[in-house]
Amino acid sequence: MNYEEFLKQKGLEPGDVVKIDTITGTVQGILMPHHEFSDEGVLVVKLKNGYNIGLAIEKIKGVELVQKRKTVREEEGSVERSPELPDVAVVGTGGTIASYVDYHTGAVHPAKSPGELVKAMPELFRVANIHPEILFSVLSEDMDVKMWQQIAEKVAEKLRNGMGVVITHGTDTMGYTAAALAFMFTSLPCPVVLVGSQRSSDRPSSDAHLNLLSAVRFAASADVGDVCVVMHEGTSDNRCAVHPGTKVRKMHTTRRDAFRTVNAREAGYVDGEKVVVNGNLRKPGPLRYDTRMEERVNLLYYYPGMSERLFRAHFEGAKGVVIAGTGLGHVNSRFVPVVRDYIRQGCAVVMTSQCIHGTVNMNVYSTGRELIRAGVIDGKDMLAETAYVKLMWVLAHAGNQDEVKTLMETSIAGEISARREV
Amino acid sequence: MDWKSIGLKVGLEIHQQLDTKKLFCDCSSELCEEVAGTFVRKLKAAEGESGEIDLAAKETAERNLVFRYEVIRGSTCLVECDEEPPHALNPEALKIVLSIAKHLNAEVLDEIHVMRKIVVDGSNTTGFQRTALVAVGGKLKVGEKEIGIPTLCLEEDAARKMEMEGQEVTYRLDRLGIPLIEIATTPDLHTPEEVREVAERIGLMLRATRKVKRGIGTIREDLNISVGGGARVEIKGVQELNLLPEYVKNEAMRQLKLVEVSKKLQERNAMVVDKLFDVTPVFAGSNSKVIKSALNSGGKVLAVKLIGFAGLLGKKWEEMHRLGSELAQHARVFGLGGIFHSDELPNYGITAEEVARIRELLALAENDAFVLAAGDGEKLERGLRAVMQRARVAIAGVPEETRDPLPDGTTRYSRPLPGGARMYPETDVPPIRVTPSLMADLIPIEEFEEKVARFSREYGISTEIAGQIIRDWRDLEFESLCAKFPAAISEIARVLTNTLGEMQGRGLDVEKLSQPVLEEIFCAYISGKFAKEGIEKVIEAFLLGAPTIEKAIEKSGVAKLSVEEVEKVVEELLAAHPEIKAKPNPEGALMGLAMAKLRGRADGKTVNDVVRKKLSGSPQV
Ligand SMILES: [Zn+2]
Repeated sequence: MNYEEFLKQKGLEPGDVVKIDTITGTVQGILMPHHEFSDEGVLVVKLKNGYNIGLAIEKIKGVELVQKRKTVREEEGSVERSPELPDVAVVGTGGTIASYVDYHTGAVHPAKSPGELVKAMPELFRVANIHPEILFSVLSEDMDVKMWQQIAEKVAEKLRNGMGVVITHGTDTMGYTAAALAFMFTSLPCPVVLVGSQRSSDRPSSDAHLNLLSAVRFAASADVGDVCVVMHEGTSDNRCAVHPGTKVRKMHTTRRDAFRTVNAREAGYVDGEKVVVNGNLRKPGPLRYDTRMEERVNLLYYYPGMSERLFRAHFEGAKGVVIAGTGLGHVNSRFVPVVRDYIRQGCAVVMTSQCIHGTVNMNVYSTGRELIRAGVIDGKDMLAETAYVKLMWVLAHAGNQDEVKTLMETSIAGEISARREV
Repeated sequence: MDWKSIGLKVGLEIHQQLDTKKLFCDCSSELCEEVAGTFVRKLKAAEGESGEIDLAAKETAERNLVFRYEVIRGSTCLVECDEEPPHALNPEALKIVLSIAKHLNAEVLDEIHVMRKIVVDGSNTTGFQRTALVAVGGKLKVGEKEIGIPTLCLEEDAARKMEMEGQEVTYRLDRLGIPLIEIATTPDLHTPEEVREVAERIGLMLRATRKVKRGIGTIREDLNISVGGGARVEIKGVQELNLLPEYVKNEAMRQLKLVEVSKKLQERNAMVVDKLFDVTPVFAGSNSKVIKSALNSGGKVLAVKLIGFAGLLGKKWEEMHRLGSELAQHARVFGLGGIFHSDELPNYGITAEEVARIRELLALAENDAFVLAAGDGEKLERGLRAVMQRARVAIAGVPEETRDPLPDGTTRYSRPLPGGARMYPETDVPPIRVTPSLMADLIPIEEFEEKVARFSREYGISTEIAGQIIRDWRDLEFESLCAKFPAAISEIARVLTNTLGEMQGRGLDVEKLSQPVLEEIFCAYISGKFAKEGIEKVIEAFLLGAPTIEKAIEKSGVAKLSVEEVEKVVEELLAAHPEIKAKPNPEGALMGLAMAKLRGRADGKTVNDVVRKKLSGSPQV
């Protein structure tokens, strides 16, 4: 019998305190939820000494309910506003930047109300009046274009209410969302900051704490009208880097300092109470935004041996394709005529490089020159991911192919650097 | 002291490092002195599963510490730096624990779950220690008594604490993540000596797996001690087996003293006034160095009023266990050093007049006491609040707490006893289903007594010698050498016990005598290169720096002489001492002279044969 059937049969649920008789003895503890990798035939029980143990259901002779589970009460509660502090909205979209552990389910829950957030991170409320709101709670990898638009609308609402905005976000695709917001908001009265954590906030060593505190400080005080990402600068818990939203990329799967500014200088840093801006960010202006996006855009990662069939599939039904090409911006020279055909049919094709660092330059080798002749747009030193997001925005706003090309090759939101420092 | 009558109860927790790679990554578990770099972190007291912050965790976090971690190449990767999730549990380490569990007749759980145990003192970069309960309900027989082993856990070792300066604590990451087996006993040990005996027995049993680390710090004991009317106090991380009885005795005495103090405090209706009194003006012209320097840097002097405490805080030097030093230790963990209490004043540059003025200012009655300290702002207040809290608890009795062992056999307050709230699942490590195949091929464990008896039986050595060989971790070498040189068993036994002990006593590095080296020595001995009496000299010459065994034999001058060479020596002696022949026992006299000259270079029988031949070859008088 598997654990689900067993619990159903006995009328039990995780969180219940039970006494279990097995062929080797008696165990009392709290029924725990099943771990994904736990054996189906095993019941997980938390003992009084705090340890979880697995008991084989086949060895269980009887179960007695000692106490029904207690329902977890959520702390609502509001926090009194300090008139001398700025107001900052913390919009939750997912990830676990501020959270607590529910011992009944073993799950990590995000802090939703001000009460929960103040309990998790009281220091925040000494920096600003925090207005937390969970917009939605999705995994970073489940984020889509519609959600970017919803985030933008929510940000606009908060800005209209005179608040600075911090968006908490899962780290996997935070760079894409940052770029999307950077293009949607053509003018901003204050910073819009995305922040995440690489170590979940239920652990004492979480980076969430410093990241969120630094993000709130930046949102509350920086003289900037741009979208940026604030995350750990190094492995130490002393300083957070500020990255421009269109130049930032997650460059490591696990490290705290995974986020890096690519092909540009970092936009600044937050060190304790000190907030420093290096000047690569747009200045504050009136709130202007437009969230329209053309979703029929694909991102193609070219590799040796890619079949023509798969290569072509990226262009079928697409209004635009961003290619992450090899080196200076190449694909198999056999595919040049394919690209030319799709461009003639009205598809916008932008070349970026899978080298990540450095700029595209299609003038150097013959394949590159042929691609230019075929009408491929030069993505310059844009990140492939940023170019993909930008192309969606540009295709929703440009009138014709020439305008698409001009907009793509011009820096709108700091996404293209004219020079790269040594 | 009649330990039973005071209700002494002690439970042991033994932590032994396993000799494998690390528990949750592929790093080596060797310690190293070469630091490749450092980074700093802070820890936050996270909530446990039950939604409450653990008291111990909270207190540590309140100390606002910054942790600096030293990275060691080879034994530190991103996992130790908490920059990468843990890998799967090391199967070799698990096998060792399963083997020990089986040996102790413990019941291995059906599925093993790794937990996070909150520890925010910085010794774990994550802020928790990963630990898994592997088996329960084991038993260990020590003499006639059966000791319960309620739990066997597999957990990761913590980082090494290197230094503490102000609010910054430095740890080295090489030790973090080394697998530890934790064996707990029931609190059924009732005398200090019994504690030592059981700890040693468990240590020897662990060693018999041949899969544990050896050397200082690789085995550490936690003691849970209480006396009747006292409370459970945990002494964490004792490394010296021989000091165990001292810690037990001292803690028992400490608790008895605190029980006595608490009774008196209750009789007097003692009370701690919940207020810090500013007594800075009293010390305007003070001669106390501590106070002067605090006031010069803009600090102040605050006092705590303790109603009914006079005479119970204890005068310095007067007695070993004083409430006063308990208060000082609590202040110290909050960074406040140097508190003064009224039982030890006037002293330390604080005058009788100043004491009188404070008593007046605080309106103290005869039975009342005070504590004062100088310093600045938050640290001073936090420290004195800790003093107030500790004094309040003293009225009720003995507090449950964790204490650090000191090298002199006493202990010092470290933090409150951690509660059950500090565990939650380590979701990054998949649980392990214990299958029959996992329980196959376990490591056989030969208990100490069994092995002593077998050695004595198989090798014809005394049980004392056998015991010494095993205790000194030389048993594997002994068996292997005996198998190779069965004619030299008693010599091997003597070298592995007496000789090595003696050389070590003289400060020579006996670790140089690796198994191959010993084999070479016995090989030379068996093939007749030197006599039995020369073994020690060869070893000595080798330890004193001879590069090879051959050179050591040469240098020590023990190389065996041929019969012709022996004859030559005897002839020379005879020529030099013609009077010998006239003695009543010429053979004995010549033998004595010859052996004095030839010891170690020729065996007695050869010399005797030659002596006899030479004497008989000359005319008798
Ligand atoms: Zn490692």
